[in-house]
Amino acid sequence: MTNNTLFIDGQEIPFEAGQTIMDAALAAGIYIPHLCHKPGLSPHGSCKLCTVDVDGRSASACTLPASNGMQVDNNTPALNEVRKTLTQMLFVEGNHLCPTCSKSGDCTLQALGYHFGMLDGHFPPFYPRREVDASHPSVMLDRDRCILCELCVRASREVDGKNVFAISGRGAQSHLIVNTVSGKLGDSDLQTGDMAAHICPVGAILIKDHGYEVPIGMRTFDLHSVAESDVASPVTLKKTEHHDA
Amino acid sequence: MPKIRIATTSLAGCFGCHMSLLDIDERLVGLLEHVEFNRSPLTDIKHCGPCDIGLVEGGLCNAENVHVLREFRQQCKILIAVGACAINGGVPAMRNHYSVQECLEEAYLNGVGVDNPMIPDDPELPLLLSKVHPLHEVVRVDYYLPGCPPSGDAFFNILSDLLAGREPSLPKAMLHYD
Repeated sequence: MTNNTLFIDGQEIPFEAGQTIMDAALAAGIYIPHLCHKPGLSPHGSCKLCTVDVDGRSASACTLPASNGMQVDNNTPALNEVRKTLTQMLFVEGNHLCPTCSKSGDCTLQALGYHFGMLDGHFPPFYPRREVDASHPSVMLDRDRCILCELCVRASREVDGKNVFAISGRGAQSHLIVNTVSGKLGDSDLQTGDMAAHICPVGAILIKDHGYEVPIGMRTFDLHSVAESDVASPVTLKKTEHHDA
Repeated sequence: MPKIRIATTSLAGCFGCHMSLLDIDERLVGLLEHVEFNRSPLTDIKHCGPCDIGLVEGGLCNAENVHVLREFRQQCKILIAVGACAINGGVPAMRNHYSVQECLEEAYLNGVGVDNPMIPDDPELPLLLSKVHPLHEVVRVDYYLPGCPPSGDAFFNILSDLLAGREPSLPKAMLHYD
């Protein structure tokens, strides 16, 4: 159909019925910054970095269905400034000490900080005390770095056919839990081949014994900006093999 | 034309940022035609006189750090927070998970290989803060130079901008938090 189009920063792009603004943008090779969204998983709309102005009102691009003739502002100085502030808030809310983290260079939160030109945290850091769970033989869970994006929760349920993770608590008390009686990752059925073990955009869920295989300077976002990486290599989700849910 | 006066200090840092400053190598010679160093580990001057630029490495982990930082803010027209520790506490802030008492006991009583276990209590030792803090929680910071450490090029870039009277800007390629 010719009339299924919307405008992002004045550029006319097509969409199919049922697509969100984010779906249409990614299909057209337009980068809308995002952290909690992964094509193929149900949208979550929690990080708010994909906030765009739709016909003058703010909305999350990953959750709002595209509709005909929409005028979407995306890459504007004002929106990018707000997105930078959101990124700063994500940084100060957890313990994001990049020099100590083996995810550095592969971390989407860090890459977004670079993308927005973030130089400092601006706000006073919370320095929360959160539990580290090293009970699993091959997967590490460091809640200090968790940003509550629920990518692991959704990947486990929607792709792995398991139900390893959940978010518990409300507001500032929200935290990532493991759905086992003990609450320990070691007692769960998470395996290293699961998407949930690899999808973490920050360094909260890490595969053990592989931390520094790729040297700093050669990692994903050392070589490509987050915008390039995201638009150039659309993610195809495949169900992993070794579970029969 | 009087030289631009620069002061530097390392608070709760590792002097890595100072090493990186020296990594501007032979460009230091040209820089010294325009600048002179006041208080700094490089000059061993103990107190900061009136300065144009203050480079502060490291966060705040004890009472002396806070005192020195306030002196820098008072004396320096432009104060730059240099490196991850000055900006968000960095590696020293990993102790914020624990109480000061727990840290002292681990370091001086129960740690591996501790000889003559005893928590130091000399009155000349600055008291530890209950948590490590970044600079901007205590004083106004004019510019931030992230990195662990910021590269020599990043130091040269920000100093060149300031010396030329330009608003400093960090090229994307030099922006790193690690």
